[in-house]
Amino acid sequence: MTAAAKPLLSVRNLVTRFGRGRGAVTAVDDVSFDVGVGETVAVVGESGSGKSVTALSILRLIPSPPGRIESGEILFEGTDLTKLSEREIMEIRGNRIAMIFQEPMSSLNPVLTVGLQVAEPINVHRRKPWDAALGTAKQLLGRVRMSDTESRLRAYPHQFSGGMRQRAMIAMALACEPRLIIADEPTTALDVTVQAQILDLLKDLAQGSRCSLILITHDLGVVARYADRVVVMYAGRVVEQAPARELYANPRHPYTRGLMASVPRLDGDTNKRLVPIDGQPPNLARLPTGCAFAPRCKQATDLCHRERPALSEIGPQHQIACWLETPAHV
Amino acid sequence: MSEADVLLRVDDLQVHFPVHKGAVFRKQVATVKAVDGVSFQLKRGETLGLVGESGCGKSTTGLAILRMLEPSGGRIEFEGKDITHFDKSSLRPLRRRMQMVYQDPFGSLNPRMKVRDIIGEPLEVHGLANDRKAFDQRIAQLMRTVGLLPDMADRFPHEFSGGQRQRIGIARALALEPALIICDEPVSALDVSIQAQVVNVFVELQQRLGMAYLFIAHDLAVVRHVSDRIAVMYLGRIVEIAARDEIYRKPLHPYTQALLAAVPVADPVVEATRKRVPVSGEVPSAMNPPSGCRFHTRCPLAMDRCRHEDPALRDLGAGRAVACHLHDMAAQ
Ligand SMILES: Nc1ncnc2c1ncn2[C@@H]1O[C@H](COP(=O)(O)OP(=O)(O)O)[C@@H](O)[C@H]1O
Ligand SMILES: Nc1ncnc2c1ncn2[C@@H]1O[C@H](COP(=O)(O)OP(=O)(O)O)[C@@H](O)[C@H]1O
Ligand code: SF4
Ligand code: SF4
Ligand SMILES: [Mg+2]
Ligand SMILES: [Mg+2]
Repeated sequence: MTAAAKPLLSVRNLVTRFGRGRGAVTAVDDVSFDVGVGETVAVVGESGSGKSVTALSILRLIPSPPGRIESGEILFEGTDLTKLSEREIMEIRGNRIAMIFQEPMSSLNPVLTVGLQVAEPINVHRRKPWDAALGTAKQLLGRVRMSDTESRLRAYPHQFSGGMRQRAMIAMALACEPRLIIADEPTTALDVTVQAQILDLLKDLAQGSRCSLILITHDLGVVARYADRVVVMYAGRVVEQAPARELYANPRHPYTRGLMASVPRLDGDTNKRLVPIDGQPPNLARLPTGCAFAPRCKQATDLCHRERPALSEIGPQHQIACWLETPAHV
Repeated sequence: MSEADVLLRVDDLQVHFPVHKGAVFRKQVATVKAVDGVSFQLKRGETLGLVGESGCGKSTTGLAILRMLEPSGGRIEFEGKDITHFDKSSLRPLRRRMQMVYQDPFGSLNPRMKVRDIIGEPLEVHGLANDRKAFDQRIAQLMRTVGLLPDMADRFPHEFSGGQRQRIGIARALALEPALIICDEPVSALDVSIQAQVVNVFVELQQRLGMAYLFIAHDLAVVRHVSDRIAVMYLGRIVEIAARDEIYRKPLHPYTQALLAAVPVADPVVEATRKRVPVSGEVPSAMNPPSGCRFHTRCPLAMDRCRHEDPALRDLGAGRAVACHLHDMAAQ
């Protein structure tokens, strides 16, 4: 993305919380990032770091109660999605922005045929009659490289393998030619050869139509293969973001560095001991006052335990939230 | 490898499950050949990685070796004894020599037992816990060995994190000082930042105590990191087995090639230039495996012959064996 081009999506200081009072957790805490037109942005982080809540916030799918978007803006094609009425956001969901979930069975209706479900957004958003919508659905199944599309249209989700269901989800996502697809760990449940098929397909189809992609994953290999830019999350916050090549060549946040040193690589040196990140993933209900990574960080200082570092620019398009690279304000 | 070094020898192992239909008059309608002719050897102190996509028979192979499942055919020899059809009383001493670490650190520990009793249970069962003081010392030692604090011995599993629970499972497996530990996906349920902690525990324990591992996992990078040799399974069979570096440097079986190419490397520069070997489709059902070479429905190099002729696992020398018609010639 060039600096001049206007981003398709701009998340600004998003805060999403669950619960109230003492049990409240801030699942997404002051998160900001942009997604350019045609760009693939990966959001990485371990479980509980706020990746899914970020995605659900963008689509305004946070269950309420207990959850709510507390503050911030989500600018999509110039409109702040947080300000839209339920009816207005319905016009965008599944139409301009589509979502693909990890477990397709939970987002597919077991009693409806795959054809009807792929055709539905076309019927709803494009107001096409059902027979025409089903015709488009058949074409979409072909685009996600299913064979024998006629009989696939009439099949039920349980008759599909995991990979086939995810293809059906991609077909549904593509139905209304969205500008943005959010894929939340779309292949975590799949075997590695099928994972490669599905992600290659998703990337090809998105690229072919200049559709942007937010790819949520915990797999640094997947990020390296598919992402243009990377947002690293820890305990609900963005701790580092950079273009993919820059991030892997020059990881700067201690958590990002820690992740890279702890994951064995297929082409790594097997004689080298893995360097684990000490301690445990954070508990959002009991976060420290300072930097959330401080209890596990080898470089933590008094300042880190006391105060939270803000995300700041350390290079072209490269930002981290760490006191090491922020002149301490004494 | 010399005979004396061989700890485990698995020969043409078969484990078939009947598939029934009907609730009252249960009728067998099919057979799942979960493991269908698996052969390999494991040396003392060695780690053999067992990889392959879900449903290819990795866990079933492990459970059959532990004799928690009855083999339908073939032979399992452990420490020189044919254990294929050992009965209950013969199995008891065997359990001291062979242990298992499971994938799910949450499901595999009894939630109502204290850590002390979970780790000590194998000692109790084998009548090695009579001296209370010695028992407590042994528990403390085992906990330290896997990096747990001994003063946590009176806590319950739910008070521990995933990585710590997996350490408890390892300490329990170590209690009887087995010669072989079968590890079934021991890190795949853990968060990425925690996996390395547990992988290091496995590696360091082996260096100190010298037991052998059958290390089952679907994460090829983790398996590569811990294994001396690697066996690749597909639909109940081993399709390739070789020394770790050989298999990663020059995979010979088309399935091994596809599997390795499918795993992304955490480096965008490397990824941009890597050769891709796409395979189509998904693993067919083990109930109805393809004729001939089981991989022929997905193999980019399949020939006519592959559709009706089943390739045998051929020894290519130097500890390498491959089951593919492309390598028949090489073996002559
Ligand atoms: N429906 C919910 N109710 C209460 N808390 C929730 C809910 N969904 C998410 N959370 C909280 O938000 C945190 C982040 O969750 P999530 O975004 O799903 O993490 P991940 O990075 O694994 O996708 C969780 O640890 C949890 O504390
Ligand atoms: N107890 C069982 N009864 C029937 N089929 C089984 C049983 N256990 C495993 N299977 C089948 O055997 C095959 C191999 O399973 P498994 O050994 O668990 O594979 P992996 O561990 O490689 O994922 C699968 O098709 C599975 O469905
Ligand atoms: S701010 Fe301090 S504790 Fe946090 S990552 Fe940086 S050095 Fe570590
Ligand atoms: S035997 Fe034929 S189908 Fe099987 S892996 Fe070799 S080339 Fe492919
Ligand atoms: Mg999630
Ligand atoms: Mg298994």
